Amino acid sequence: MTSHFLSVEGLAKIYPTTDGKPGTPVFEDIHFAIERGEFICIIGHSGCGKTTILNVLAGLEEASAGGAIMDDREIDGPSLDRGVVFQGHALMPWMTVLGNVAFATKSRWPEWSKAKIEEHCTTYLEMVGLGHAIHKKPAELSGGMKQRVGIARAFAIEPKMLLLDEPFGALDALTRGTIQDELLKIVRATQQTVFMITHDVDEAILLADKVILMSNGPLAKIAEIVEITMPRDRTRAEMHHDPQFYRIRNHLVDFLVNRSKGYAGSDAAQLHDAKHPPVVRPGLVSDGTPPGDNGGRPVLKQVVNQ
Amino acid sequence: MKTTLTFRAAVLSLFIFVMFIGVWHLATLAPKESAATQAANAEYAELMGKGAEKASGFPSPEKVGSAFVKYLSDPFYDNGPNDKGIGIQVGYSLLRVGTGFLLAMLFALPLGFVIGMSPLMTRALNPFIQILKPISPLAWMPLALYTLKDSEVSGIFVIFICSLWPMLINTAFGVAGVRRDWINVARTLEVNPLRKAFLVILPAAAPTILTGMRISMGIAWIVIVAAEMLVGGTGIGYFVWNEWNNLALPNVIFAITMIGLVGMALDLGFGTLQKFVTYRE
Ligand SMILES: Nc1ncnc2c1ncn2[C@@H]1O[C@H](COP(=O)(O)OP(=O)(O)O)[C@@H](O)[C@H]1O
Ligand SMILES: [Mg+2]
Repeated sequence: MTSHFLSVEGLAKIYPTTDGKPGTPVFEDIHFAIERGEFICIIGHSGCGKTTILNVLAGLEEASAGGAIMDDREIDGPSLDRGVVFQGHALMPWMTVLGNVAFATKSRWPEWSKAKIEEHCTTYLEMVGLGHAIHKKPAELSGGMKQRVGIARAFAIEPKMLLLDEPFGALDALTRGTIQDELLKIVRATQQTVFMITHDVDEAILLADKVILMSNGPLAKIAEIVEITMPRDRTRAEMHHDPQFYRIRNHLVDFLVNRSKGYAGSDAAQLHDAKHPPVVRPGLVSDGTPPGDNGGRPVLKQVVNQ
Repeated sequence: MKTTLTFRAAVLSLFIFVMFIGVWHLATLAPKESAATQAANAEYAELMGKGAEKASGFPSPEKVGSAFVKYLSDPFYDNGPNDKGIGIQVGYSLLRVGTGFLLAMLFALPLGFVIGMSPLMTRALNPFIQILKPISPLAWMPLALYTLKDSEVSGIFVIFICSLWPMLINTAFGVAGVRRDWINVARTLEVNPLRKAFLVILPAAAPTILTGMRISMGIAWIVIVAAEMLVGGTGIGYFVWNEWNNLALPNVIFAITMIGLVGMALDLGFGTLQKFVTYRE
């Protein structure tokens, strides 16, 4: 039995190759946990299986091995308990903005009256700053506005957990910043548990409590879990004044640029315990910290759980 | 010139039309007939009796024009089986097309849905569809007449069978091609199958389905003329056949024009419907 809100255990995914034989696993033996109210970001190079993991959590895809347990129940299919924000917004173009959110709300609370649904949806659409556009069709909105509708739709069903797949990937930096702020505000206000894929290091540092770093696929692993130790009320405008910011940022960028590729053969991989991936706090390590003496054994710097 | 393209196109269309009528008029001016043709004509007149006077050469635009006036000024008269107003004849044809088309819809839309949703059904039914699709609908006529034993029902059956394939194939194709993302949205929202079918899949596939219906209607309107020529009794196709038997070519030309106009109106109607269900992404 687990005490975590969500725990992923021994997850693996194998796609068949074109001639029908099972291929190399995209990833295997993936273990991690998420606590209630936590914001988790997952970072890794394209193709390492982030979307696949998210889809397994969403119940849209089946794992080849292992599974996930949320709130003491095994995830074995899609559920209204988990709201998903899709990478390509996935709004239904024949419905208005309000219609899209109402479709979700009506699915969650079929017994609600039309007026109540409309009121509920409007609240969430106003939360993402779209109160003025509720009767527009998605085609009349900019990319950023569409993504906001997608976020409002996911929040409107008041799920136990929110899953976001590179929600801002297609947006320009300015729009992305604004929506990140909005997301942060709503998540803080609602104490929402979030699992989010991103390829933007700054975004991860701003939003996440923990960042899961994945090594390159195939056979991708969780290389590290980076705890973001900066105060939780950080803002996009202020956070880079915190000395921790650059330490964390450098650590993440270093991983993506240098360590993620050669991870398979490195010291870290030999020490790797899939069930307890190393947890690190690069933000709290001052640059002069000696590595410590472990009798010549290779050692992971900054690891707090070994 | 600050005229719109539409306006200029309209002027050009009108010009082409006037030219066409003019050339037609000149070509059908009473020719000085040679002795030989006169003799032949006389012989022909002998054979055909009184009707032959109508057959002297291709009708002039004036004659066709008067046929237009005659038929359009009283479209709904009914003087027995071989003499009905054009409105009544077109009405019969539309009724047959409408009935056959509706029956085809009732059959093709649900079946197309099932095929589109299930890769197994797609594969299993594909060979049958591929074989049945290219068969001329009229080839079914003898079989229909034999089994259904009623020319009226057989006519409707022929329309049914020719409307079926484009609707069926387009529905299946549209349903199978609904964006994965939209299906996934419905799945994560635990939408029940009926709601999913009507609120997600149907609107998503509607433009493709309507294209199929439009094609079906076009084919049905082409086929009804031939079917009515075969089956007889009533309808615009029978009218053409009947006037040909009377050698009343102006009436035939009038009927041909009507077939074109009604066909165009039907297509425009479906075009409008299509715009209505088309969404911009
Ligand atoms: N349906 C599929 N069939 C075969 N291979 C797939 C399929 N979906 C994803 N993959 C493979 O799985 C790997 C991980 O994909 P994905 O989870 O989308 O990665 P990410 O989101 O991290 O970029 C990729 O190498 C991709 O080619
Ligand atoms: Mg992805």
